[in-house]
Amino acid sequence: MSSCLSGNEAVAYAIKQINPDVMGAFPITPSTEIPEYFADYVANGEVNTEFVTVESEHSSMSVCIAAQAAGARSVNATSSCGLALMYELLYVAASCRLPITLACVNRTLSGPININNDHSDSMGARDSGWIQIYAENNQEAYDNFLMAMPIGEHLSVRLPVMTCMDGFITSHAIENIELLETDTVRRFIGDYNPENYLLKKENPMAVGPYDVSAYYMEHKVQEAEAMKSAKARIVEVATEFEKISGRRYGLFEEYKMEDADLALVLIGSSAGTAKAAIDRLREKGVRAGLVKIRVFRPFPGEELARALANTKVAAVMDKSEGFSANGGPLFAETRSALYDLKERPYLINIVYGLGGRDLKTADIEKVFGRLADIALTGEIGPTYTHMGQRSKEEME
Amino acid sequence: MRTVYDLKREVEKPERLTGGHRLCAGCGAGVVVSGVLRALDKEDRAVVVNATSCLEVSTFMYPYTAYMDSYIHSAFENSAATCSGVEAAYNALKRRGKVEETFKFITFAGDGGTYDIGFQSLSGAMERGHDMVYVCYDNEAYMNTGIQRSSSTPLFSRTTTTPIGSVHKGKKQHKKDLTEILVAHNIPYVAQTAPLGNLKDLHTKSYKTIYTEGPCFLNVLSPCPRGWDYPMEQLTEIIKLAVDTCVWPLYEVEEGVWRLSHTPKKKLPVEDFLRPQGRFRHMFQKGNEWMIEEAQQYVDQKWERLLEHTGA
Repeated sequence: MSSCLSGNEAVAYAIKQINPDVMGAFPITPSTEIPEYFADYVANGEVNTEFVTVESEHSSMSVCIAAQAAGARSVNATSSCGLALMYELLYVAASCRLPITLACVNRTLSGPININNDHSDSMGARDSGWIQIYAENNQEAYDNFLMAMPIGEHLSVRLPVMTCMDGFITSHAIENIELLETDTVRRFIGDYNPENYLLKKENPMAVGPYDVSAYYMEHKVQEAEAMKSAKARIVEVATEFEKISGRRYGLFEEYKMEDADLALVLIGSSAGTAKAAIDRLREKGVRAGLVKIRVFRPFPGEELARALANTKVAAVMDKSEGFSANGGPLFAETRSALYDLKERPYLINIVYGLGGRDLKTADIEKVFGRLADIALTGEIGPTYTHMGQRSKEEME
Repeated sequence: MRTVYDLKREVEKPERLTGGHRLCAGCGAGVVVSGVLRALDKEDRAVVVNATSCLEVSTFMYPYTAYMDSYIHSAFENSAATCSGVEAAYNALKRRGKVEETFKFITFAGDGGTYDIGFQSLSGAMERGHDMVYVCYDNEAYMNTGIQRSSSTPLFSRTTTTPIGSVHKGKKQHKKDLTEILVAHNIPYVAQTAPLGNLKDLHTKSYKTIYTEGPCFLNVLSPCPRGWDYPMEQLTEIIKLAVDTCVWPLYEVEEGVWRLSHTPKKKLPVEDFLRPQGRFRHMFQKGNEWMIEEAQQYVDQKWERLLEHTGA
């Protein structure tokens, strides 16, 4: 079924089709429309969801944790400072092994306050134990949200899932997308039947202990193993999803990588811009390619190394600044993944697009120009740079 | 209540807070929590929600829980929101036919997690009208982290962040009146109580709080022998003094109607309450008489206002 929907509308519709038990709802630009659209479904009696209009994002995640622990499917949506406000609870949700689903509409973290897109919000949560899956466009935003519960709820995983999309760029732009029938969705996600939950009459359960050093480490190792297992489960779910949708998803997308000498690695909607630039470059005979990371947590290190192994030079483009002074988060993961290769491509890092600073196809072509120079001369220049900012001269 | 209160009969019910927990000897919180949970009808189940607190770390230390009912702790400032989440899940699952039994949702948090860091979460949950119970066990400071002041700490009280020095002597602000703030939320039932005597007031108010539909709040004085600095075996005496000096009046507000639960036979001077406690010791030093006078004035003012409200 084809429909013209914005990313937010598509996710709200996905939530409606899933018909979760509880939604913690609090607005923040640009995710606000998700609870807004969903509120209409609630007001018209189209869903069974308890729509809890809380007084902060910390409370919306608290509601989700409690509801999920109680045996109910819970969802949430937020951005930027809202995600940051939930920060301590993201760790609690993951360590309590609760498969909550959250739509993160990526917006930069303050300050200064800015409502536009970059990945600093979800990147800031990358150590929290949540599975993180990024969308390039509205179709992916819809599809990823539908796949989240079968991934998170599986016994080998039992972790919360964050599905991310670029704020305004994806959340607010309207695209033609394919929707699944609601029956198909319901069959695909099945029922949520946790083994133990607070409201289980056969035996009560206590959640959230004081865990002294004698026990804590084992619990964390279990959580780490679950994140490792998530990789296989994500691929399994994508295979099942392809059967019902005809759309194929992996841990990342390889675009014209079969014979690529020069490659980009990046996340999100910039992939669309990059693909257009790559098409133009290919016409000129440049062997350019792109790896678009879809799953950032768990990080597909082995697979990425294989995908980049035969390239000469790669640029990792980070749409967030981790202030490590050593490059952005995607760069750090990618470089680490390539470390064990006997033959590695040259690798550079470009931080771009902060606070919604635009990225154009011409910018991508410039990057490939630099990669071509590196391939020719073997001289990298500065490994870690920023792109798209005004020069010192321009600022004066 | 269907029958007249009988402590002997009530304690024959199976314990919902079992022994083996790590609360200090003489801790008021243990008495408060078992008192509140004892008001549940035998056949009803509860989900106990608990903020990070002395109570939480002492009653749920992996791999043991002291609770016979389901229990959840997630963070310090969000117990009310957490309780809302359990209640929301219950409503949704009941509608689906996945849960049939009666569950009551009872939150326990200290004054820290209620008056201060948990205030927003509490106000939000009460305002939304969830069918839940919130019990604050008020020991008048952040005890779990080692006795720091909270907005519930009384004026002049010694804590580690309001120590007695040569320039400043104890907490500078009056105790926040949280019970009145909750009354202003216009919820069906709010009450102030304490584990006094045979626990009748605590029990009857707990029963009302649990079995009145909608958001209900109980503020319970919960003395702490370490923080208040009095001999651990004197819990009941300290409570009696708090009530008889009118420092902690017992009252309830049901559907907006104020009712005084207890008038002391003889209203004792506030210094009777202050003297046994080390946290107020400096008030008895020569030159600090004005502190006791100010404390007495404050207690009297509040008592008069309460008498007006309750029409007593």
